[in-house]
Amino acid sequence: MDRFLFTFFNAEVMAEYLPNILSGMWVTTYLAAFVIVTGLSLGLVLAVLRSALSQKMPAPLSWLTGALRLSLIFYVDLMRSVPPLVLIVLFYYGLPALGLDIAGLGATWLALSLVLSAFAEEIYWAGLISVARGQWEAARSTGLSFLQTLIYVILPQAVRLAIPPLTNRTIAITKGTALGQVVAVQEILYQAYSGLSFSYNPSPLTLGALAYLALFLPIVIVGRWIETRFAWRR
Amino acid sequence: MLAASGMTTESRPILDVRGLRKSFGSTEVLKGIDFRLAPRELAFIIGPSGSGKSTFLRCCNRLEEPSGGSIHVDGTDIMAPGVDINAVRRHIGMVFQSFNLYPHMTALGNVTLALRLAAHIPRAEAVDLGRTALARVGLADKERAYPGELSGGQQQRVAIARALALEPRIVLFDEPTSALDPELVGSVLQVMRDLREAGMTMLVVSHELQFARAAADRVVFMEGGVIVEEGPPAQIFGDPQHARTREFVARIDGHH
Ligand SMILES: Nc1ncnc2c1ncn2[C@@H]1O[C@H](COP(=O)(O)OP(=O)(O)OP(=O)(O)O)[C@@H](O)[C@H]1O
Ligand SMILES: [Mg+2]
Repeated sequence: MDRFLFTFFNAEVMAEYLPNILSGMWVTTYLAAFVIVTGLSLGLVLAVLRSALSQKMPAPLSWLTGALRLSLIFYVDLMRSVPPLVLIVLFYYGLPALGLDIAGLGATWLALSLVLSAFAEEIYWAGLISVARGQWEAARSTGLSFLQTLIYVILPQAVRLAIPPLTNRTIAITKGTALGQVVAVQEILYQAYSGLSFSYNPSPLTLGALAYLALFLPIVIVGRWIETRFAWRR
Repeated sequence: MLAASGMTTESRPILDVRGLRKSFGSTEVLKGIDFRLAPRELAFIIGPSGSGKSTFLRCCNRLEEPSGGSIHVDGTDIMAPGVDINAVRRHIGMVFQSFNLYPHMTALGNVTLALRLAAHIPRAEAVDLGRTALARVGLADKERAYPGELSGGQQQRVAIARALALEPRIVLFDEPTSALDPELVGSVLQVMRDLREAGMTMLVVSHELQFARAAADRVVFMEGGVIVEEGPPAQIFGDPQHARTREFVARIDGHH
């Protein structure tokens, strides 16, 4: 038991690396926040775009919208199939070669945001198409435009349906910020890991785990609250 | 045809449909409908399932895009190339079998949404108009209720109020009472009766024959995408000219 405590809960080592872990927590926090904001909004824009592109159109225009819709779906499926780590590494090494200077932080943010946007788009879309057709017809019959109907009638219902799966997916992908470690993003895992290699003691990892817990447990709890809050009478 | 419609000669029709055709893919569902509805007139459409009644109604506000023919509503050619279809639709109320109220909005919210967004009426004024419309259908006390908290009959009356609030020239009803429990049908029919008294022009797809007998100016029998016969209720129900009308009327009369 002593040995276990000495190995994983070594107070001296913990005290030494606490500042690093805290600074890692800060990096993880803002990286996660940026990923959530970018991913969820891009996902919503894509779902709305897909909805607009799925409208009935006269012939020559329908080829264009059809092609755009297919490319959108291809993007979404692509982003959902590639492991986020592969994307991060690809952006980190690939984009500079294309003349686009990107740091590890930027590469991680971009990769996770795109992945989240793809999953979020699918979830929003599932919500959009599960809103009854009659809602569209009723709103349009009163003279609301396509966009007004979407924003005021359809989306509120779709988002409500989408919130539980969206919360889960957002948490899962946001935890992927730990992958930034491989491209030297100084987030929690990076700090914990370098603490481990310097001290030859895994206590920094314990600290790291606690830091993740401190960060994500509240998010999970808030997610749970949102889910019950939006499980409304129909 | 027109003589039987009870249409006054001096006024132009609110709804003027000529040669209306509608195909879904290769199946032609409406095969040339000619139909006129005078101001304040209430016409009933009856006919077997699949005869094109709903499609006809939905063409009248272009929820369904007609394949041919012309439709004028209160003098406006609603299929004219540059027509503002949203403006046109504001003046054509529609009431659906399944109510289609917005579940995330209160009764008042349902009624005022289009007033604010489509008719651009300021919120306070829209609320006044919405309350008036709810009062007209006997639901002044339910403005804060969500659709899920209302009975089917109340929901359908809110849906009617939503259409009325926009002061439509005509209201289209597609089987407004078919989804209701029998004991709730009466309240909706009463609202429709009041509307008729108030002079609203109405086109109703329904099989409420007693109501048709009592309230309709004209009954139209549709089958296979054409109007087979039309006339005053007494004629269509009492002395139909076509064998198909006779058969159909006998059959649905038996059910009621
Ligand atoms: N969106 C659509 N796509 C393809 N076919 C359709 C569509 N809407 C209607 N139809 C077909 O058109 C025909 C007429 O349908 P419609 O709903 O107008 O009939 P109806 O007279 O209202 O019948 P009911 O009494 O059952 O409501 C039916 O054969 C139906 O299958
Ligand atoms: Mg129908």
